[in-house]
Amino acid sequence: MEKFTTLTAIAAPLLRINIDTDAIIPSREMKRVSKEGLSEGLFAGWRYQAPGSREENPDFILNREPYRRARILLSGINFGCGSSREHAVWALHEWGVRAVIAPSFGAIFQGNCVRNGIVPVVLDNLTVESLARQVERDPEGNQVTVDLVQCLVIAPDATGHGFQLPTADREMLLEGLDSIAVTLKLDDEILAFRDRDRTRRPWIYLPSSP
Amino acid sequence: MGRTILDKLWAEHTVAELGDATSLLYIDRIFLHERTGSVALKGLEAAGRRVRHPEQVFCTMDHIVDTTAGRTDDTRMPGGRDFITSTRASARAAGITLFDLGDDRQGIVHVVSPEQGIALPGVTLVCPDSHTCTLGGLGALAWGIGSTEGEHALATKTLAVRKPKSMRIRFEGALPPRVYAKDLILHLISRFGASGGAGYAIEFAGSAVRALPVEARLTLCNMAVEFGAWTGIVAPDELTFDYVRGRPFAPGPDQWEQAVAHWRTLPSDPDAVFDWELEVDCSQLAPQITWGTSPQQGTGIDARVPDPATETDANRRQSAERALQYMGLRPGIPLAGLPISAAFIGSCTNSRLSDLREAAGVLRGRHVASGVRAICVPGSSLVKKAAEAEGLDQVFRDAGFEWRESGCSMCFYAGGESFGLEERVVTSTNRNFENRQGPRTRSHLASPATVAASAIAGALADVRELPPRV
Repeated sequence: MEKFTTLTAIAAPLLRINIDTDAIIPSREMKRVSKEGLSEGLFAGWRYQAPGSREENPDFILNREPYRRARILLSGINFGCGSSREHAVWALHEWGVRAVIAPSFGAIFQGNCVRNGIVPVVLDNLTVESLARQVERDPEGNQVTVDLVQCLVIAPDATGHGFQLPTADREMLLEGLDSIAVTLKLDDEILAFRDRDRTRRPWIYLPSSP
Repeated sequence: MGRTILDKLWAEHTVAELGDATSLLYIDRIFLHERTGSVALKGLEAAGRRVRHPEQVFCTMDHIVDTTAGRTDDTRMPGGRDFITSTRASARAAGITLFDLGDDRQGIVHVVSPEQGIALPGVTLVCPDSHTCTLGGLGALAWGIGSTEGEHALATKTLAVRKPKSMRIRFEGALPPRVYAKDLILHLISRFGASGGAGYAIEFAGSAVRALPVEARLTLCNMAVEFGAWTGIVAPDELTFDYVRGRPFAPGPDQWEQAVAHWRTLPSDPDAVFDWELEVDCSQLAPQITWGTSPQQGTGIDARVPDPATETDANRRQSAERALQYMGLRPGIPLAGLPISAAFIGSCTNSRLSDLREAAGVLRGRHVASGVRAICVPGSSLVKKAAEAEGLDQVFRDAGFEWRESGCSMCFYAGGESFGLEERVVTSTNRNFENRQGPRTRSHLASPATVAASAIAGALADVRELPPRV
């Protein structure tokens, strides 16, 4: 996985609450058994004029310059709620998003972000709105910095806003870790657990269990 | 200090403490379906990894498959065949149990899993599907994950998880007639918001929950994710044990007593302390209906469309204004009586035998209003068979409903079947998001009984005031 340390980029304010993963990538845009080729379907219901068309809706923020080059999204509470589809994160990543700043996230979406090199930054609503106001005055000039090393968002007015991320999530993003490889270092403990547990809860281990 | 059911299940599944409140948890059961499971299995293959303990991994076909009679691997959804054949090939190669098309055990993942005794009290169960929290209704610790986490669970039989906070919600009082678990959870979400449970594992308790049959508890926990919760759970009790006994993958007679003895130790201790507690009085609750495009935008069927201007929070006000525009509604109009063009009964929320019985009870001797397209999709092929054995299919058909093969069907639009542009649909599903059931389709969430009553009326209807049977 690609590492994330710090990023200064154009931020796009999409300040709606409860933006769900169906909106981020509609089911109809998940056409193949693949993690790739999904960015075209990103926000398809809002980004294009009519269902199924690819004619851009000029009013949608990500269709406007310079937001077309945004790498950071600003949003309202509960961003990424709803369906577990990791396709939402794959689509955002392929389109270019590397951080989302919102007051809260859907839990599964948040977990999916850190496994794909996108930083889910939780900041309170007033701060997100303040960032959005600064960005809107001059999106190209007023860029936002997400510094994962210091866990700090630096606003265009140079104010720093600390944020928190679970330790394991931060390490995974900073180091670009493969979580399976990390866990398999504990394989002896997994096997020992299984041996103990088998005596305690034998019904869990179905007949063909080796 | 006493421990909650979450504390107990967490402790007994902890393989290793990873610091920062994070544990490596042992995962007892993994379930996959053809939409997100396919990509997880393929990802695992591509990385040269294998499924560890495939006998504890299960897979079904539900999201993409057609639900029309005579279905094959070809689907109305463009590209659907690829999902089905890829899943089948990967499942066979990995040696996992597949409930394929044509198998009686096929159906919606969260209907099949309790039906087959795969979900049990006290198990940890994950699936790359957000409604995995449904299985909390049996007292399982079950939660939805992404496909990458799915790969992790398949390859290691574990997941690293940060322990959520604990919340107990007590639903107290007797449910009024024609008010169901679906109404409880819709009411909760409309009152406390779609992120009201964010960061929490929620234990549903109280006299109303204890009185709910197991299938209704599954409905209640199903929409914990719509409340923003990590998961929901109901402590297992005698009703649960009776439900589980004898199911194909449940403990057999030689292990039954030991399992039940263990399950009896799981409920939260009387002196357990929760991070948050709520109590909801259910005794006066009306059947619920949503009016907007978030599950939190709901109210009683006897209420009017709220006025966004009365909303003090600016974000919620804008969201409500946008929702009313999408839904084609004006503030102040009564919800009951809004004309509908379609009615849908199905989904992992409300497609079990008890749901179909409640809807059939409303439909028997009545007929769907002219111009209304009404569809019933049983949650599994076994639910369909059981319903047919007691003649429910005939009740639905006689009333003017389509009677389908099992699957997720029109709970969401994947490029195949949909309800039309700006058509108003009353639906027993779980999400009323913009474009969820079709481009610009307007979805109103409700219980199966309310859906049936509305289908008859040709408009959103109060199931407590049914017309006479003919």
